[in-house]
Amino acid sequence: MSGIYIHIPFCKQKCHYCNFFSVASRKLQKGFMEALIAEIELQKDYLGNEQVDTIYMGGGTPSLLTAVEINRITENIYMHFNVSEDTEITLEVNPDDISQEKIEKLKETPVNRFSIGIQSFFNEDLKYLNRLHDAKQAVFSVKGLQDAGYENISIDLIYGIPTLTKERWIKNIRSFFKLKIPHMSAYALTVESKTALHWLIEKKKALCLDDEDIAQQFNILLDLMNRNNYIQYEISNFSKEGFYSKHNSLYWLGGFYLGLGPSAHSFNGYSRQWNASNISRYISLINYKEITFEKEILSEKQRYNEYIMTSLRTVWGCDLEHIQNVFGRKYRDYCLLQSEKNINEGTMVKKGNKLFLTTEGKLFADGIASGLFKI
Amino acid sequence: MQIMKNIRNFCIIAHIDHGKSTLADRLLEYTGTISDKDLQDQVLDNMDLERERGITIKSHAIQMSYNFQDERYTLNLIDTPGHVDFSYEVSRSIAACEGALLVIDATQGIQAQTISNLYLAIENDLEIIPVLNKMDLENAMPEEVKDQIVDLIGCDRTDIIEASSKTGYGIDNILENIISKIPAPQGNIDAPLQALIFDSIFNSFRGIIAYFRIFNGKIHKRDLVKFVATGKEYEADEIGILQLKQEPRSVMLAGDVGYIISGIKTSREVKVGDTITHVDRPCEKAIEGFQNVKPMVFAGIYPIDPDEYEELRSSLEKLQLNDASLTFLPESSAALGFGFRCGFLGLLHMEIVQERLDREFDMNVITTVPNVSYRVKTNKGETLEVHNPSGLPEQKYIDHIEEPYISAQIISKSNYVGSVMKLCIDKRGTLKNQVYLTSDRVEITFEMPLGEIVFDFYDKLKSISKGYASFDYFQSGYKPANLVKLDILLNGESVDALSTLIHRDNAYEFGRKICVKLKELIPRQQFDIAIQAAIGSKVIARETVKALRKDVTAKCYGGDITRKRKLLEKQKKGKKRMRQVGNVDIPQQAFLAVLKLD
Ligand SMILES: Nc1nc2c(ncn2[C@@H]2O[C@H](COP(=O)(O)OP(=O)(O)O)[C@@H](O)[C@H]2O)c(=O)[nH]1
Ligand code: SF4
Ligand SMILES: [Mg+2]
Repeated sequence: MSGIYIHIPFCKQKCHYCNFFSVASRKLQKGFMEALIAEIELQKDYLGNEQVDTIYMGGGTPSLLTAVEINRITENIYMHFNVSEDTEITLEVNPDDISQEKIEKLKETPVNRFSIGIQSFFNEDLKYLNRLHDAKQAVFSVKGLQDAGYENISIDLIYGIPTLTKERWIKNIRSFFKLKIPHMSAYALTVESKTALHWLIEKKKALCLDDEDIAQQFNILLDLMNRNNYIQYEISNFSKEGFYSKHNSLYWLGGFYLGLGPSAHSFNGYSRQWNASNISRYISLINYKEITFEKEILSEKQRYNEYIMTSLRTVWGCDLEHIQNVFGRKYRDYCLLQSEKNINEGTMVKKGNKLFLTTEGKLFADGIASGLFKI
Repeated sequence: MQIMKNIRNFCIIAHIDHGKSTLADRLLEYTGTISDKDLQDQVLDNMDLERERGITIKSHAIQMSYNFQDERYTLNLIDTPGHVDFSYEVSRSIAACEGALLVIDATQGIQAQTISNLYLAIENDLEIIPVLNKMDLENAMPEEVKDQIVDLIGCDRTDIIEASSKTGYGIDNILENIISKIPAPQGNIDAPLQALIFDSIFNSFRGIIAYFRIFNGKIHKRDLVKFVATGKEYEADEIGILQLKQEPRSVMLAGDVGYIISGIKTSREVKVGDTITHVDRPCEKAIEGFQNVKPMVFAGIYPIDPDEYEELRSSLEKLQLNDASLTFLPESSAALGFGFRCGFLGLLHMEIVQERLDREFDMNVITTVPNVSYRVKTNKGETLEVHNPSGLPEQKYIDHIEEPYISAQIISKSNYVGSVMKLCIDKRGTLKNQVYLTSDRVEITFEMPLGEIVFDFYDKLKSISKGYASFDYFQSGYKPANLVKLDILLNGESVDALSTLIHRDNAYEFGRKICVKLKELIPRQQFDIAIQAAIGSKVIARETVKALRKDVTAKCYGGDITRKRKLLEKQKKGKKRMRQVGNVDIPQQAFLAVLKLD
C-alpha cells in the first residue's frame, strides 16, 4: 500500500494562521504544472513496485487547478505508476472556488473524494481566520458536490478560534451532522511562528487563544461525534464506518508515500525527504532534470519515536507486538515501562498487546508520546 | 646567603580582562620561548573552561630566558588566578615571587580585585612595576589612570610603562624593567631544603605535579622529601623546570622555580602553601603563610537520574584529583534522594564544578540552593557547624546561630556610590570605610554577612554600577544572626532542597520573590501546582502554576511528522533534565532560582 501526494502551492490570499507553503500569486502556475509533470516521471521508481492506493492533491489550493490540469496530472501518474483500480483520489477544495460550473467541470475528472476547507459556518470566525469564503458558500460547496453525486466528502473545521463561542462550536458540529457528511477533520487553531496570526496577536491586533476554551471545545467535539456514531480514528479525524481516508491512514500506519511539488514530503520506510519550499527552484528541475530536496535517514530510535507518536493518536493504538517485531524486545519493554505512569494516572489503557490513549489522554497526546520516546 | 643574580621571579596582577594572559603571551613571544606557530592565543589558560570564560582558574608557571646587556637571565613568570574565590592561591603565588607587574587597562582604570592583590604583593615586599596596558586603544585615558596608580602605590609617574600587549608596544621596556628593578632571589644553597608549593595540577599519567619555588637549599632527582604540613614523604621521581613542556633536571637550587613528580595520586596530599624539605635534613621552620583552605559556600549536588549516584561519586573523586579545594560528603534529601554536600571556595568555583561535571563527565546534576557554614550554639553550650539548612537542630535546642562575615571592598565610580551603598545596606552591610582614590573613584569597605553575597549580590552590583564597580572580600569572623528557615512547599509538600536560611527581616520579600521565580521556571503540568513559601507552619507567600489544559498538535500528516518528532524529542531531552518531587517535575535551574531573583 502506498500513496502519492501532490502539493499545489498557490492560494488566492493567505489565511492568517496558515504555515503551509503557498504563495498568493499565481504567475508561476504554468511553469509549476510543467515541472510537476516532469517530476512525476523523474520519481517514477520511488515507490518501487508498491501499488498506489491513494492520490491526494493538497495545498495550497488545488481547487485553483482547471479540470484539464487535474486530468493531466492523474493521467501522467497512471502512466508511470502502478495505480490500483479503486484508488482514492482526493482533491482539497476551498468553498469560494466551488460554483455550479466548476462542479460540472470536476465531474470530467477522476477525483472521487473531496476535502473541503470550511473551517466554520460563521462569517465572524472566517473573518478572524482571513478566509475568502462566507457561510453561504460553505454550505453550497457541500450541497453542490453532494447533488452532483459525490458522497465521499470530508470537511475541515477549526475550533479554539477566539471568536468561536461554545454555542457556535456546537452549531458548527450540528451543521456538519445536518449535511450528512461522512468525514470530518477537526483542528485546534494553533498559532505557528512566522504567521500573520502570530504577529497580530503579538501586536495585540487580534484576540489571543484560550487553552481552557480549546480543551472544552475538544471535549464537546468528542462527545458529539461519539453520540452520532462517528469514529475518531485519529485525534483530529472522525469518520463513519467505511469512510476513513485511505490517504491519511497511510501516514499513521507507516505506509510509503511520494510527495510531489515544492515542500512535499516523501517516505520510503527508512528515509524521509522533502522538496525545497521554493517554486522557482522547483520549476528549474525541467532544465536540470534534478530535484532539490533535503533528506534524513531515520535511525532506529527515530523510527520508533515516529511509530509511538503516530500510532498513539489512532484508533488502532500502539502495538507492543509490532514494536517487538520491528525494533526488538528492548524497545517493547522500554515502552511498556514508560507507559506505566500514564496507565496509572488514567491517560492510557492497555488492551491485550496494545496501548491506547483514553479520552482524557487525547488532550495530552504530545506530552505522553514524548514521554515514551527514546533519545 | 647567595644572590642568584641571573634569575627573576615575578607574577602579573591584573583585573579580569585587563590583559594579563595577552601580556604573558607577548612575553613568551619576545623571549623566544614560543615560536609564532605555537602561539595559540593565551597559552597559559589551558583549560577549555578557562579559555571560554576568559578567566584563569588555576595558576601556572613558565620559564623564559632573555639576554640583556650581554647577560643571560632566567625569568620565571608565575601566573595567578583571576577571581576572588581563589585569593588564597593568589597569595601563595605572590609569596613565590620577588616582583609583580601591575597591569592596568588604560581604558578602565583600577579595579577592586587589582587593589586587594596589589596589597598582598606589597605586604610580601614585592617590587611593583606598573604597566598601563591597551595603550593602542583610542579611548585610553593614560593621564587619569596614571593619577590613580601614583595615588595608589606612590610611584614616580615616569616609572609607569605604557604598553600594548596587542601590538607589542612597550614589551621590551617591560622586560628590561623586570631585570633592572625586580630584585634577584636570595637564598642559602647550603642550608636545608625549603621550597614553597604554590600550585599543583593533575595529570592522568603522572599523578599530581606540584609546582614549587626553592627558597633555600637544593633538590636532586631521587631525593627523599617530606611535605611539612601533611607530613607525607616521597621520593622525587622527577624534578624540572617549566617551559611549554616540562624539562627534567637533575638538580635545582635556591631561587629556582620548577615542578616535582613523586607518584602522588590525589590532590589532597599536595596543599598549596605547604613546604617541601628533605627527610634526613629537614628545615627548621616551614615557610610562613600556610593555610588549610576552607570551603566558604556549600550546596547539595544530586544526580538527576538517581541511578547515577555512584557515578557522581566517582566523578567528584576525579574532579577532586585536580581541585583540592572541592570537598564533598554524602547526604540525602527527602526530595532528591542521595547526593553530596559539596564545599566550594565561592560561587564561581561552584559553577565551575557543576559545568565540569557536565562537560567532562557527562553528569547531569541538580545543584541546590547554596549556603554558608553556620555555627549553631546549642543551649547545652556546644557549637555545631551546619552546612545545610535541613541539618539544623530543632529550634528548642538552639541557643543562637552565628553566621560568617566578610570585609567587602568595592571600588566604584563616584556617581554610583549611592546605589552601591544602598545595595550593601539592603544586604545587611555596615559601612566601615570610604576613600576617594581619585576625584571620581571611591573605595568603600563594608562588613557584611557572607550569606548575602552567596545569593545575587555580585550580579546586582554589576547591574547597578553598569559593570563599573568591582568587588573583593575576605572572611572576617562570625557574628550572631537572626535567621529563620524558609521552606518551599510544592502542592503542600516541603521540598528540602529548596530550603534556605535567611535573615528574618528579609524573609517575606525573599519568599515572595522566590515563589514568583519558581512559577516562571516550573513548567505547567496536568494539574495546578501550588508554590508556597513558609516559615515553620506559617505560609508567607503563594503562587500557582495553572494546570496545562491541552498538549496536542492538531495535525500529523506527511510533512508534520518530522517537525513534530523533532519537537517532541527536544521535549523529552528537557524532561530528562527535570527531577520529579512528589508528582511535580522540577527543572534543574529551578533549584538555583534563588540566585536569579530580581
Ligand atoms: N586593544 C587591546 N586589546 C587587548 C590588549 N591586551 C589584551 N587585550 C584584549 O583584552 C581582552 C582580555 O585580555 P586577556 O589577556 O584575556 O585578559 P585577562 O583576563 O587579564 O587574562 C582580550 O580580548 C584581549 O585580546 C591590548 O593591549 N590592546
Ligand atoms: S487556503 Fe490553505 S494553504 Fe491557502 S492560505 Fe489558507 S490555509 Fe493556507
Ligand atoms: Mg586570562
